[in-house]
Amino acid sequence: MKDDRVLLDHGSGGLATKRLIEEFFLSRLANDYLSRLEDSAVVPVQEGRLAFTTDSYVVDPIFFPGGDIGSLAVHGTINDLAMQGAAPMALSMGLILEEGLMFSELERVAESISQACIEAGVAIAAADTKVVPLGKGDKIFINTSGIGRVPKGLYLGAHRARPGDVVIVSGFVGDHGAAILTARSNLSFGTEIKSDSAPLHALVSAVLERCPSDKIRLFRDPTRGGLATVLNEIAMSSNVCIEIDQDAVPIRQEVSGVCELLGLDPLYLANEGKCVVVVEEDHSQLVMDALSGLALGRHAAVIGCVKELGGVGRPVVTMNTSIGGRRIISMLSGEPLPRIC
Amino acid sequence: MGNDRFMDKQAVQSLIEEIRRLAQRPMRFMEVCGTHTMSIFRHGIRTLLPKEIELVSGPGCPVCVTPVGQIDQMINLSLIPGVAVATFGDMLRVPGSKGSLAEARARGGQVEVVYSPVDALMLAKDQPNGTICFLGIGFETTTPSVAATILQARENRIRNFCVYSTHKLMPPALDALMAEPDLDIDGLLCPGHVSTIIGTQAYGPISEKYGLPCVVAGFEPLDILLGVYMLVRQVVDGRCQVENAYERAVSAQGNERARRVTEAVFEPVGSRWRGLGFIDASGLALREEFGELDARCRFELKEIDIPDPKGCRCSRIIKGIETPGACPLFSNVCTPLHPVGPCMVSSEGTCAAYYKYGGILEEKIR
Repeated sequence: MKDDRVLLDHGSGGLATKRLIEEFFLSRLANDYLSRLEDSAVVPVQEGRLAFTTDSYVVDPIFFPGGDIGSLAVHGTINDLAMQGAAPMALSMGLILEEGLMFSELERVAESISQACIEAGVAIAAADTKVVPLGKGDKIFINTSGIGRVPKGLYLGAHRARPGDVVIVSGFVGDHGAAILTARSNLSFGTEIKSDSAPLHALVSAVLERCPSDKIRLFRDPTRGGLATVLNEIAMSSNVCIEIDQDAVPIRQEVSGVCELLGLDPLYLANEGKCVVVVEEDHSQLVMDALSGLALGRHAAVIGCVKELGGVGRPVVTMNTSIGGRRIISMLSGEPLPRIC
Repeated sequence: MGNDRFMDKQAVQSLIEEIRRLAQRPMRFMEVCGTHTMSIFRHGIRTLLPKEIELVSGPGCPVCVTPVGQIDQMINLSLIPGVAVATFGDMLRVPGSKGSLAEARARGGQVEVVYSPVDALMLAKDQPNGTICFLGIGFETTTPSVAATILQARENRIRNFCVYSTHKLMPPALDALMAEPDLDIDGLLCPGHVSTIIGTQAYGPISEKYGLPCVVAGFEPLDILLGVYMLVRQVVDGRCQVENAYERAVSAQGNERARRVTEAVFEPVGSRWRGLGFIDASGLALREEFGELDARCRFELKEIDIPDPKGCRCSRIIKGIETPGACPLFSNVCTPLHPVGPCMVSSEGTCAAYYKYGGILEEKIR
């Protein structure tokens, strides 16, 4: 079966579908919810509020240094829950497979989904598989949705930043975007750049344990559009300005190198295992202490602060450059295009 | 980012101090190259310079000076069955008269983004049943690698490969630009990359003819500031010379070998520049003996002449006569997502730089 490929039959809903689901997914993802194969999973509800999110994953290539579309689909949705301070309770997963996908590739993705779920301690409670004809998809698309429990009294949001607050990023920025770009363009460099794809719910809960939650304004994961875009979203939602220092933003040298070569700006590259934390100034050290004790947060850095609206008269993000100049950091518009010369 | 040696904060500070001390009257310099424009914004260099020094951006972005008619032709090529155009990413969103290459791709046009002309040649090797047409664009720096690829294609008898050349030459364009009556500048910050090929010697005639200080500069903050400092110095001393602030990469003679490769494949022809109009001997076409590899011959293409879009001030912006803030379309109708003019679409275009780095707001964040 290993050299076989996905056929339209596998999406028919009949025996072939059943076999595919059993061989690739149930064997790996079995849990009390999924194994019942009911039309929907029934999840017990506790008191309080639920966070609910969905995201689709269409990354090309499906395997890249540091991860693949499967682990990414698990991490991405967990992180969207985590940014609200929610403890993930269950995920759902919809797979759209393209006819002709190698079983060996599907197996790798299924294995990676399973590993990511085990490592994160989250179950896939509901799942669905469809097959589309060759040329109507791109190997594999995954949608995951997730629900999570928000602790009582915890209110986070991009609109809560206040002048004087401190802006922290949990580690090196741009790794995921740089890894995908280099994998996609077949560029090779001395050192391989790996995606930072990772679940952040443990990191968020460690921060919330250490620092009084009313002092934390928000968490935000800078995925598409990168750090620059997230900072602009925060500034606009909160009607404030944000000022960051170029020298303070952690960027790996190899990521800078790729960006120089391709004419891209690492501040706009996607991250899949990083978050921005905005916290009241007096409590920023507690957040830094919590982050620096974790593997995923040990390169965390204070990168700037929140300011009143300045001379520009509207929310802007500015950066003090390494040489002492200033520039405005705008939102990303459109896909970053590599330059000519 | 970049080489830390060339962005030392103290060295930057002392150069700024020197410039401030010398610049006792307003001076206007043009940075010709789009890479200079981007670097100046990215490092916030204009916010460091004294108010007396104004930097204006010139026509040094190859995407920006490619006329609408040629963009249309590239799109037409992508829609020919069995033909795929291979292009640098910058070209994708450049608007022609009927959309961009990106939109053509969505309509079924074959468009491949490559990082070098050799990648395009590899595509041709890998896809023997289709024709790969590489969009050759760029100034003296980019052309030699395209020429070398064409030679390689001929040597290896790769017949399903051709090049659509819009290559351009910098000195004739600078000459035409300096002759503009509206243009009022005190010196030229000359492009470092182009100069590695053409050498500082190439600016001698322009400097002499127009009495213009010229300084070739690199792209790191200290390179650019040293270039500005040397320009200020020339103005203060009343000199008009060609000087080199980028000696680690640029010589007086340039790279003769690269020029020979270019000359073996291309010959100068009259060429239309968006914003600047038709300039004699300012473009490069494949020589007749390379006809088989020339997309213009292979597909019997005729030049299409289409006027620039209405209201767009790119032509005046390319000449450095106006800044993007003066354009009524800037940032409301014309944005990087929906560019009207070419200066907005290329990552190195003046309008894109102003948009991305908040150029018109710079005064307010100084």
